[in-house]
Amino acid sequence: MAKRVLVLVGTKKGAFILESDAARSSWTQRGPYCETWPMNHVIGDPASGTIYGGGGNEWFGAAVWKSEDLGKSWTHSSAGLAYAAGETPIKSVWSLSPGAKRMHAGVEPAGLFQSDDGGQSWEHVAGLRDHPSRPQWQPGGGGLILHSLVRHPQDEQQLWVGISSAGVFHTADGGASWEPRNQGTRCDFLPEGQRYPEIGQCVHCIVMAPGAAHRLYQQNHCGMYVSEDGGEHWNSIEAGLPSSFGFPAAVHPRDPATLFLLPLNGDIKGRFVPDAKAAVWRTRDCGDHWKALRQGLPQENAYFGVLRQAMATDILAPCGVYFGTGTGSLYASADEGDTWKCIARHLPTISSVETLVVDG
Amino acid sequence: MADDKSARVAPVVVTLPPALVKLFPGSTRQVALPASSVAEMIDALDARWPGMRDRLCDSTPAIRRHINIFVAGERARLMTQLAPGAEVAILTAISGG
Repeated sequence: MAKRVLVLVGTKKGAFILESDAARSSWTQRGPYCETWPMNHVIGDPASGTIYGGGGNEWFGAAVWKSEDLGKSWTHSSAGLAYAAGETPIKSVWSLSPGAKRMHAGVEPAGLFQSDDGGQSWEHVAGLRDHPSRPQWQPGGGGLILHSLVRHPQDEQQLWVGISSAGVFHTADGGASWEPRNQGTRCDFLPEGQRYPEIGQCVHCIVMAPGAAHRLYQQNHCGMYVSEDGGEHWNSIEAGLPSSFGFPAAVHPRDPATLFLLPLNGDIKGRFVPDAKAAVWRTRDCGDHWKALRQGLPQENAYFGVLRQAMATDILAPCGVYFGTGTGSLYASADEGDTWKCIARHLPTISSVETLVVDG
Repeated sequence: MADDKSARVAPVVVTLPPALVKLFPGSTRQVALPASSVAEMIDALDARWPGMRDRLCDSTPAIRRHINIFVAGERARLMTQLAPGAEVAILTAISGG
């Protein structure tokens, strides 16, 4: 059956959708959706075809938006998406993860919510904010945000979250209790001798290798890492990359050894692509070796960054790879990163990129 | 059927901002509601258009920082009392970028 490939784009001024067929050679663009609210994460549920958007509006607060017709119409809800009276109110939704039965949302200030009715109503997963380390959680440049949600593919009780800048936490009991999973990840911003604390790491993005729930990859403020034991220990994979700094990470849909990163020049150098030349970096062997993928990407005067949720792959073969820039350009590759082209320009600042493939 | 409280309270006239009306299909720029305080007015708005409270108030609870509610030309709070027939304006404050 023919396929429709949708690239779901969250921006500072609404959601946009790029659409193509399986060839992914020509694209149409529509939007903005969600009444131009800032949308931190727009994601599709491959099981239902429903699109969800998480964001927050300075006037009207945080909400989860939902479209059951591939973006034509949208509803919004924040029922239950609130902390107890007296606590700092939720400013925005930062990340969404639809599962087989339950959906999760990460918010700012950092916390986790779950929905069992497709995002119509939400319940606070209080165990995370009850963690004794919470008074030590410090906001990163984007705020105190829960931005990465990684669910175990078989065990609904297991979930990993990334909080900036508290680090990675894991639950094995559906959110009742949590353990930090930061061993081996560095904090260059702390004094010597204190750079490997139990919590406080500035995790930027965590993703899980397909078909290998034990293997996680992480882009951190201070390095790139792989874990072979569900995050209990992390090992650096930054050798061979042009910097240790970046935001997004994206896995291949089928090959657990392939990872795509987009390193930036460093946290005090403007956070642009290195030397103002854009490249996605790909490993085929879990980070032992890296290859810069530049063909079709701007190789001069490129002063953009790519945010933590703004790179994704699709499920086709060969897989597509996509990233969106802070300057509102969206780049796509239909051949696993070997060649690229710009498929949208002049969008607002791009916060997130996800894909959804549906039968056409 | 209106509850006893609604039947006892005189209506106030509320003007909603366009950006809010766009979020709630079927809502109108102006609506008359029974309420004797801003908090009751928001209860009534939420009863008519479920979810509207969350757009106007945070969980503190308080009127959202970038929402202004004016009663008789004065900026109001949730506890502000409303006289029968009061005109209430809900405005989106300067915000954004």
